[in-house]
Amino acid sequence: MSALLEVKDLETQFKVRAGKLHAVNGVSFSLKQGEMLGVVGESGCGKSVTMMSLIRLLPPSASITNGSVMFEGVDLVKANKEQINAVRGSKIGMIFQDPMTSLNPFVKIGVQLSEGLMYHKSMRKKDAYDRCAQYLDMVGISNSRHRLEEYPHQLSGGMRQRVMIAMALVSEPKIVIADEPTTALDVTIQAQIVDLVKGLREKLDTSIIWITHDLSLLAGMVDRIMVMYAGCVVEEANLRDLYKDPRHPYTIGLLNSIPRLKNNENRRLRSIPGQPPNLLQKPASCPFASRCAFKTERCDRENPGLESVPGDDGASGHRIACWADTRGRI
Amino acid sequence: MNAEVKQPKVLMKVENLVKHFPVRLGAYGEKKAVVHAIDDISFDIYRGETLGLVGESGCGKSTTGFALLQLYKPSSGKITFDGLELTAMEEKALRPVRKRAQIIFQDPYSTLNPRMTILDAMAEPIRVHNLLPEKEIPARIAQLLDDVGLNFSFANRYPHEFSGGQRQRICIARALASNPEFIVCDEPISALDVSIQAQIINLMMDLQEKYKLTYLFIAHDLAVVRHISDRVVVMYLGKIMEIADKKELFDNPKHPYTKALLAAVPEADPDHERNKSRVILTGDVSNAIDPPSGCRFHPRCQYAKDACKKAQGPQLIKVAPGHLSACPYF
Repeated sequence: MSALLEVKDLETQFKVRAGKLHAVNGVSFSLKQGEMLGVVGESGCGKSVTMMSLIRLLPPSASITNGSVMFEGVDLVKANKEQINAVRGSKIGMIFQDPMTSLNPFVKIGVQLSEGLMYHKSMRKKDAYDRCAQYLDMVGISNSRHRLEEYPHQLSGGMRQRVMIAMALVSEPKIVIADEPTTALDVTIQAQIVDLVKGLREKLDTSIIWITHDLSLLAGMVDRIMVMYAGCVVEEANLRDLYKDPRHPYTIGLLNSIPRLKNNENRRLRSIPGQPPNLLQKPASCPFASRCAFKTERCDRENPGLESVPGDDGASGHRIACWADTRGRI
Repeated sequence: MNAEVKQPKVLMKVENLVKHFPVRLGAYGEKKAVVHAIDDISFDIYRGETLGLVGESGCGKSTTGFALLQLYKPSSGKITFDGLELTAMEEKALRPVRKRAQIIFQDPYSTLNPRMTILDAMAEPIRVHNLLPEKEIPARIAQLLDDVGLNFSFANRYPHEFSGGQRQRICIARALASNPEFIVCDEPISALDVSIQAQIINLMMDLQEKYKLTYLFIAHDLAVVRHISDRVVVMYLGKIMEIADKKELFDNPKHPYTKALLAAVPEADPDHERNKSRVILTGDVSNAIDPPSGCRFHPRCQYAKDACKKAQGPQLIKVAPGHLSACPYF
């Protein structure tokens, strides 16, 4: 299956008072039709900025300085305003983190939901509303006709996130980017939303990019995971390989530092010492070197690129950005 | 904790605690209503233990922590701390108790005064309680900073110069400044990144051992609670659903809510996630202004019977030594 989305060497910078903040430093990945990709990393690692860069949904202080994003034969980095508008919301949908602030409190749910349909698909209001009600039903909101006439404050947090999901899906996009959609929700509601998204994905065959800081959450839902650190992808692997055979020292550290619900009796958490680097300087060597237990002299000189893991012919797609061979050293 | 061998000493006794907040509703505040934040809860905290308090947002867990320290005056009920009945004491008489019972808040960004240096912020409890002469304060601060893994050279800096993890360390050091016996930890790690969370959890466990502290650890993250607690209290909508030793609660949960909560927590193991039984709670947490009659959990409980809806909710009943559950059917 060929790739639906192909990202190459993407770099995004922010202008800040102290200079340039190198938020994304050469990210490459591809996404297939119907695939669910998890992107995990700590705050400030560039996971959201990378995905926002795909549809150029960035603040004025940010600019994409390098790379390409190929989607349906168009390079979105170079696309003009009309081309990008035709993609945003229509072919690539977004689910934002905070349903409390991403819905306009003054505008009825129905108007907010149908806006995209009327704009992108030139649908008439009545048809758009029919379609919206149908999608609200699909995301598990009862009495959907009536809900279209309500305002966001009349819904609970979980319901609002369902509305956001319906909004992202209603124009039947090829790709949905979900930026920490459950972080603001309680665990029982999170379980509902995850179940819902998994079900919808099977039904609609949409590709989903799910951004999160919670590695545990991804274990039950995605096909492939990308681990990001300091604006770089440090490891990419199939779901099972990442959890059962992590190779990058940062991924290993992250997995070790999560408290487990099962079999965790009196285990002292192995935390990663230190803090993420300051990105005002573009990392010239491995950005994780200062916190890494496997550090060699080479790590301070050269930044490793993302390569197939040692002992792998590349077929599994398991890649890491690390000079060390960490096999059997955990 | 070794309850069978030695009878643990009760440090804090909570009896029939109730906290209601009067609120005004409607566009002009014309309707009066009452938020039932805590409704008749009783539990003990033993000296030297960590009691975990879990529940979803709005279940009253933070209110409980605040009420224990008399930061909220309870509507009714009795709180006894080391033989002193706090609920019967005047504010002035409470002063000496306040230095023995401290709190660490959730958000280290908003709980440090941006205009106070770290030294001033940490010295405030010492100065307020007249614990040390002024010229001995720097040495004490140096020792406290050392306890939390920070350098004394930081003492004259301002909070904005520190990262989230460092700020939380400062907040912990400030809570320790008055030599407390008891600390309420109100979601102390939920604002931090995963790799930093592990550092703070380890630090808190080390400090507990060093200073023989008693913690009330409030959190919504069950894996963290399992890691740090000796016993766990599960709350739902202002009521206690279940209390048990950590191992008993996680291995042998009795209450349907506890079971559903545990099932909703994702585990960082794809095999486990694929094979686990999926109990997904439907609906949202009911409103604390108009809580459901009878068992507060009955609208979301798959086992709810008619008896569960009857006026008086079920009481906590003993199901095993040290294990109480508020469900008569399990």
